[in-house]
Amino acid sequence: MDNSEDNAVRRREFLERLAAVPCSMLVLGVIGPLEVAAEGGDEATDSEGRYYGMGVQIDRCIGCGLCVQACKNENDVPRDPYYFRTWVERYRIHADDEVVVDSPNGGIEGFPPEEEGKDVIRSFFVPKLCNHCDNPPCVQVCPVGATFKSEDGVILVDKDYCIGCRYCIQACPYGARYLDPRTKTADKCTFCYHRITQGLAPACVEVCPTQARVFGELGAKSSPLRRIRRMNKLQVLKPYLNTAPKVFYTELDGEVR
Amino acid sequence: MRIWKLPGPVVRVVFLLVLAVTALIFLRRHFVPETFGELGHYRAAAVAMNAEVPIQYAGLQACAECHEEEAETKQHSYHRGLACEGCHGPSVAHTEDPIEVQPLVPRERNSCLRCHEYRFSRPTGFPQVIADLHNPMEPCLGCHDPHDPTPPEVPGECSACHAAIARTKAVSHHYAIDCETCHEATDEHRVDPRSSLPTKPRDREFCGQCHAKDADSLSSIPSVDLADHGGRYICWQCHYPHFPEAQ
Repeated sequence: MDNSEDNAVRRREFLERLAAVPCSMLVLGVIGPLEVAAEGGDEATDSEGRYYGMGVQIDRCIGCGLCVQACKNENDVPRDPYYFRTWVERYRIHADDEVVVDSPNGGIEGFPPEEEGKDVIRSFFVPKLCNHCDNPPCVQVCPVGATFKSEDGVILVDKDYCIGCRYCIQACPYGARYLDPRTKTADKCTFCYHRITQGLAPACVEVCPTQARVFGELGAKSSPLRRIRRMNKLQVLKPYLNTAPKVFYTELDGEVR
Repeated sequence: MRIWKLPGPVVRVVFLLVLAVTALIFLRRHFVPETFGELGHYRAAAVAMNAEVPIQYAGLQACAECHEEEAETKQHSYHRGLACEGCHGPSVAHTEDPIEVQPLVPRERNSCLRCHEYRFSRPTGFPQVIADLHNPMEPCLGCHDPHDPTPPEVPGECSACHAAIARTKAVSHHYAIDCETCHEATDEHRVDPRSSLPTKPRDREFCGQCHAKDADSLSSIPSVDLADHGGRYICWQCHYPHFPEAQ
């Protein structure tokens, strides 16, 4: 009796160990390249060290919409009023605490006159774009690894590999993504990756007439972005979601969602 | 122990496992795209793909290389922060073929009004006009050089720049009070606003000139006893002077 129980335990142990061998091989096979990736990543960060972010100064935005226009021109974004990589919202806060937000066609042609009324106590423009979160929900949900955070902190889309499942569009709490109707793949702001890798500013920053938008490396010792970060109380959109955005706002009103 | 002496079931399990691992390695090679995993859980080639998009906006420096004079004028004007391509449109094609491809030259009023038409939401201090009242039918270019848009006449009215405040004040009980009653602005402020900021009242007694109980003012003006009204707060911590009846 004792003997057979002993045997049973041994057999189980043996099978468990046997199973462990191919399992660990499987795991190694899958994560092998990732380990290599981590090493490669460190090297690249040391050699280049770029990590991009943007500052948006709300009290400078005049709502002209040149940024929206430039973005669509530069990145060949569909002209229909549903597709935006960046857009401008107008907030109007009424005396009874009602908040009215509008963004006619993303503000690409500027904004129509406000309807008259004494009860608007505060009004301002808020430019919005992909926040290039350091902890991006869109990247987490992508089932195929077609959207990712590049080594310089920019969230990019692999258009050739995207399957158009729209998970990322759902996951983005900032509504910064859209499905390109021509390619049926997800698309979004890239901080004008093709420009910044050549030392140019993103198109929206280039044309902003009041320097409400400032772009730069977060780690740079002295830069306009650095100065804005040092001299202002910075806010990010929806901080409670823990997405760690890299688009920083100054003078952001508490009503902005 | 020799392998052929292993029990049959073990040999079969090992055989199946070897088969499974081989299949996994083969399928992985076949299905995982090239460069995937080189930098992370994505195709490294996609980074280069994102960087290959053609550029449309050439940037300020590219414009200045040929248009030195305009760049120099603009550099010292109020439009120094405005990129050439903000008004003239994306111009990489023009830099590649300056003769054939000409950038936009906006001349109609609307192109200036995109920024300068009065909107309550724009930050105060930003120069704005109400187009219907500001020389209607005249082209902006008739008086303002877009590369150096300093107005031909120094603004006579504070409302030229502080439109939102002026409009709020105009419908408030303070409509009859001139800006100069409370603010002293130097001539310098009208030419270069930030170099010399206007003064602001400093104490309760300033408002008290009209609103104190013992002030020599009309009886219809609300008056309070400065000694016990509002405690240690200064008037404009509760009342907005440009629209004092707002709650």
